[in-house]
Amino acid sequence: MDNELGALGIIFTEFYYWVTVVFMFLIHVGFCMYEVGATRQKNHMHTLMKNTMIIPLVTVSFYFFGWWIYFAFPNGPWIIGDLLAAPFATANSELMGTHLGGPPVQGALTPEDTAFWARINGVFFAAFLLFSWTAASIVSGAVIERIRSSAFWILAVLIGSVFWIIDASWGWHPDGWMVQKLGYHDAYASGVIHAVAGGFALGVLIPLGARIGKFDKDGNPRNIGPRNPWLVTVGLFLIYTGFWGFYAACNVPMIDIQTGDGVIFSATNIYLGPTTLSAITLNFLMSLAGGMMAAYLVSKGDAFWTYSGGLAGIIGASAGNDLYHPIQAMFIGAVVVVIVYKLHFWVERRFKIDDAVGAVAVHGYAGFLGVVIAGFMLWGYPTSPNPDYALITPWGNFIGALIMFVLLGFLPGFIFASILKAFGILRVPAAIEIVGLDVSATILQEHEEAQMVKAEQQAVLASHPSGE
Amino acid sequence: MATGNIESWTGNIAEIGAAYPFVGIETPLMIAGFVFWIWWHITQLRAENREIEEEVRKHGNAESMNKVLNSSDPNKR
Repeated sequence: MDNELGALGIIFTEFYYWVTVVFMFLIHVGFCMYEVGATRQKNHMHTLMKNTMIIPLVTVSFYFFGWWIYFAFPNGPWIIGDLLAAPFATANSELMGTHLGGPPVQGALTPEDTAFWARINGVFFAAFLLFSWTAASIVSGAVIERIRSSAFWILAVLIGSVFWIIDASWGWHPDGWMVQKLGYHDAYASGVIHAVAGGFALGVLIPLGARIGKFDKDGNPRNIGPRNPWLVTVGLFLIYTGFWGFYAACNVPMIDIQTGDGVIFSATNIYLGPTTLSAITLNFLMSLAGGMMAAYLVSKGDAFWTYSGGLAGIIGASAGNDLYHPIQAMFIGAVVVVIVYKLHFWVERRFKIDDAVGAVAVHGYAGFLGVVIAGFMLWGYPTSPNPDYALITPWGNFIGALIMFVLLGFLPGFIFASILKAFGILRVPAAIEIVGLDVSATILQEHEEAQMVKAEQQAVLASHPSGE
Repeated sequence: MATGNIESWTGNIAEIGAAYPFVGIETPLMIAGFVFWIWWHITQLRAENREIEEEVRKHGNAESMNKVLNSSDPNKR
């Protein structure tokens, strides 16, 4: 902060990210409501707590190592270079605590580090952390009503604090190796959040298996639809609301983008390529609209899929929503939704995959397609302002989409869920699944209610002993 | 007695860096926090194992399962 403009820029950026975090918190509120609304009553509390505890567990693990991974892994490591030093992002850095920007105490840090990161580190950390919660929440919805909480929370830490942030370091960092070598472009995280989390969910679903009764003896799926459509509706509206914060958090709000003479301040995407809040607002809205319109038609007006289609529409266009025309975004959102809707039911029938809320389709398939489509639509554009980095190509983004969905999503999900299954801690016993995962709480509640009724009856008898 | 190196907010604020108490204790704090996090997972897993064992013993019988399956409230099935 060596002059007034620099100081203002840093404080504005600090406040900007802080506001995005508040908005993004609503995504998690929405996910909790949505999941509980989609769950049978006998599993409500289990579902709620399974998702709620993502908040503390992913937060502390992201603090201990997730944040450091983002800055240390852009080269792979050892794909195009070594592990990078990130002394401001380690859990024992003085910059991970209350700091006013003065000279550093720790030798690994410079005065420039402290002057910049003292005010940005916490809010930037939180913006990324909220993406981590989202990644874990996406998986959470797919596995409801039969996964054990302890197993899920281990998986949540893996997707939220390890695998998604590795992919962000590779493909969602100005100097990530995928950006440098593949020209990977995924401005609003179609791949880096949605494809990776959807792929991870699919990997978990295979060893986890379907809920009891989901498929009949001939293998035909039964619909275990939302038990509380109003809760699902409000939940999805809250996710839409939080998505605004998600988009804003994907930007750098104000930096000088002019190379050479002169100064031009602008918002940029995560790759430091110029964009505007206005552009991404138009594209967000039009891709939402395209997704909802297509979903309404293809699902014949099903409310659950119409709302989810809005999300899938945005996710399908997000990779290129910094540069698309809004009408392009609308058509991309619509086309992606038709494909993922069909794909969801085909995969369900063909492979007997019980994805309880369609998370693999809405996030995984839509995210994958979004990255692939951006490769074609933005072919030849620079993803980075660095002229030495590769341009955007269909093959660069296709390889990138595979890395997100398969390498960092599906495979780790499958491997770690299989390990948990081998230890016998992945799934609740069948008897508990049938009586309900809240069985102890339900019995206790029934007992307490019976006691209350008994006490009230005694009170009535005491006040009217003759029964008058 | 002072737990930090700040005794006044007057003077040159630009010279103030780390402002939390006990500056220099970051690495032991990190280790303690990490151990707490791992301990939480282990403790929770053990508690869940016991709870599931108990639930199966108490409610994992045909009578309990039929009670749920035959409930007149479709939300409880």
